[in-house]
Amino acid sequence: MSGENTAGRPETVAPAIELVGISKAFGPVQANKDISISVARGTVHGIIGENGAGKSTLMSILYGFYKADAGEIFIAGQKTDIPDSQAAIAAGIGMVFQHFKLIDNFSVLENVVLGAEDGPMLKGSLAKARKTLTSLAQEYELDVDPDALIQDLSVGHQQRVEILKALYRQADILILDEPTGVLTPAEADHLFRILRNLKAEGKTIILITHKLREIMDITDTVSVMRRGEMMSTVNTADTSPEDLAERMVGRKVLLSVQKKPATVGDTILEIDNLRVVDDAGVERVKGISLTVRAGEILGIAGVSGNGQSELLSVLGGYMNATGSITINGQSIDLTGKHSNGQSRRARGIAHVPEDRQSEGLVMDFMAWENTALGYQRDPAYQKNRLLMDNAAIRADTEAKMARFDVRPPHPHLHAKNFSGGNQQKIVLAREIERNPDLLLVGQPTRGVDIGAIEFIHQQIVELRDQGKAILLVSVELEEIMSLADRIAVMFDGHIMGERDPAKTNERDLGLLMAGVNDQQGAD
Amino acid sequence: MDKMPRWADIFLVPLINLMLAFFVAGLVVLAIGQNPFDMIYFMIKGALGSTSGIGFTLYYATNYMFAGLAVAIAFHARLFNIGGEGQAGIGGIGVTIVLLAFDWPHWTIALPAAIIGGAVFGAAWAAIPAYLQAKRGSHIVVTTIMFNFIAAALLGYLLNGILKSPLSQNAESLGFPPGAHLPTAHEVLAPLGIAFSKSAPLNISFLLALLCAWGLWVLLWRTRLGYDIRTFGRNEKAAIYAGISPVRVTVIAMLISGALAGMLAINVVMGEQERLIAGFVEGAGFVGIAVALMGRSHPFGIVLAALLFGMLTQGGFELLWEMPAISKEMVLVIQALIILFTGALDNMVREPLEQLFTRIRKAQS
Repeated sequence: MSGENTAGRPETVAPAIELVGISKAFGPVQANKDISISVARGTVHGIIGENGAGKSTLMSILYGFYKADAGEIFIAGQKTDIPDSQAAIAAGIGMVFQHFKLIDNFSVLENVVLGAEDGPMLKGSLAKARKTLTSLAQEYELDVDPDALIQDLSVGHQQRVEILKALYRQADILILDEPTGVLTPAEADHLFRILRNLKAEGKTIILITHKLREIMDITDTVSVMRRGEMMSTVNTADTSPEDLAERMVGRKVLLSVQKKPATVGDTILEIDNLRVVDDAGVERVKGISLTVRAGEILGIAGVSGNGQSELLSVLGGYMNATGSITINGQSIDLTGKHSNGQSRRARGIAHVPEDRQSEGLVMDFMAWENTALGYQRDPAYQKNRLLMDNAAIRADTEAKMARFDVRPPHPHLHAKNFSGGNQQKIVLAREIERNPDLLLVGQPTRGVDIGAIEFIHQQIVELRDQGKAILLVSVELEEIMSLADRIAVMFDGHIMGERDPAKTNERDLGLLMAGVNDQQGAD
Repeated sequence: MDKMPRWADIFLVPLINLMLAFFVAGLVVLAIGQNPFDMIYFMIKGALGSTSGIGFTLYYATNYMFAGLAVAIAFHARLFNIGGEGQAGIGGIGVTIVLLAFDWPHWTIALPAAIIGGAVFGAAWAAIPAYLQAKRGSHIVVTTIMFNFIAAALLGYLLNGILKSPLSQNAESLGFPPGAHLPTAHEVLAPLGIAFSKSAPLNISFLLALLCAWGLWVLLWRTRLGYDIRTFGRNEKAAIYAGISPVRVTVIAMLISGALAGMLAINVVMGEQERLIAGFVEGAGFVGIAVALMGRSHPFGIVLAALLFGMLTQGGFELLWEMPAISKEMVLVIQALIILFTGALDNMVREPLEQLFTRIRKAQS
């Protein structure tokens, strides 16, 4: 931690981490193939790659969750064995997971101390942690109230607790896995400030992300992984987003969506003063009104957990609400017997749910069985009054798989055996090919690789160009800004404002997402 | 891709499990100073060595098929119905009421009526826990287990009260009219020139159980209701997304489950005892859980598992007879070991075997 040569290139100092020839196979799948990287001390190193490229496996090996089949790890020039996470912590490695590992009803202090207590009695450890936390907060802008319960903290603050946990354990190397996925732009900016402070103090940071903008923003060097192999490591200054995308996918990729201006028709969906109260009695949607017209995409932006999911659930027919919703001028039942997924589909609403693995697909079903999900009563899928026509469903699945380029195109493969992007294509094919009047799409490209994102975006735009109404919910601002024809921002169950994507920017939307009220307008 | 070939999944894994179970059971038998090979010999001979043995084996297997199918349909809806025992007992009351109500002219008429009686009563007994689970969230494991006790008490009460035969000292009903007699294996096979044991209780209900297994397969994999049940059981959120009502699926799956358990009474009450006797289910409802587990909730697997359990039961009785040093409890230990290895410790064999197959495949490619 001597601050002399951390700012420039530390020439003679051994790299903070060096991986040599790391390989790891899961059964027949080679997740990591002979990977070697070296990360210099006091730098921010980005690792990008598509889903399944092997980034997480590599980091799990570094953190002791998996044991590599071959290869060596050097920490600060010392060959180090990392059989478990305790060893990783001892070697000075800290990890901030995408899904936080915090105990909700414990205080910040208790979470930080958990697993690093000094002895059987907590009092001493807690006092020590309180002191450390105060000094860390000043040093790195990491302020969190040590006595607050985790459940009362915002996601951004929870993430700071994770970072504090790592620093409290004297981490010199910090690994962050997709850290901005759940943050507002302002929170992400704050995180990056923290990371820069840490770097200035000589900490080494490894950032795993699929957001090219972040890589360009904060990293010094970047490694690209593809299909378990390390394709290249470059200085961030010498590359561009387009170049990185091409290295990731292995071919040229269109990063922006190609679309004509919208030709808007009649109003398809009209929502008026919609209120939703969840099972716990909390009001999640607090009187919102929206319209979506034929031939346009309305994008709903917002940090997740601000009522967007509940809005989709109500429209999809599986959550009760008050207020009114009309489709093609006719109102739909929001509480009664006819408020379910079947009746919504009968009214021309198709729905690509936010979480395909827990809602949109049955992972233990084969692809063809998933094609019938929600449409199991379609007459085309019945042999007679009693029996389903499984052969017809299989044939239909095969046709849909071909049109949506699902790989591998086997209707008999279980859903869990497809990659994220192909799972999403199965869901999209099922919903889009129903030719719905209104398509609900939640997080269409979450966990989907760049190559498939391009395809999925094209399909959505194509449906719009056929004069269909589309309601898009996404936490990815870039996605909303490039796909939507109008953007509405949700915060705490309210619509904070509506914007024309051509006349707004991330800062403007970010303010709305953080609940800063409208009327100031875009600048 | 699947990790192992299908044949290995269906046959090889259970076979290895079974061999391991016999090995450990053999050690136990050895520990009490008996010859483990004798044990295996007498069990197999007792179960399959004579038409009488086969008749008893298949008779028990019939019970286990009904009970196993009942557990399986509930499993597919992710419901753990441990109430098969009670539902079968109540089913017996239904069968008895139907058969005592008329002087039935012929079994072909009496059987459908008795099926309805047993199925409706069994389903009704399952309906209450089902409703409580679907509407009130009361856990089905707790309620069905309670209902087993209530059913046993109710059966005892009725058989000492209005259903009790005035001609008998025991807690049993009047005998059924002769027209309600189901053909036994001996009666069916004799005209074909096959001499089958007269004493074995195997009767036409065996075929009914096989029919139910086939019917359940069609229901689960060929009908919309089966699709709904399987979807709900594998992913409740996806089922709700697809517009499948959890209440409806829960109640229907439990009704079918109770009906299948209730039909167990056809085999015992109508086919064998020809009257209602207190405690006639004799734990078959619970064995059904192990049968369903071992048969991996697939009707075909359940038929095979029920046959194995039928052999274990009959072989166990024979073992008691042939090897006096082996007590009733020891037979239970042997049976329990087999259930333990085939049901609970399934992954112990499955995972290494899966790795082996992946390695073989890798070597080939």
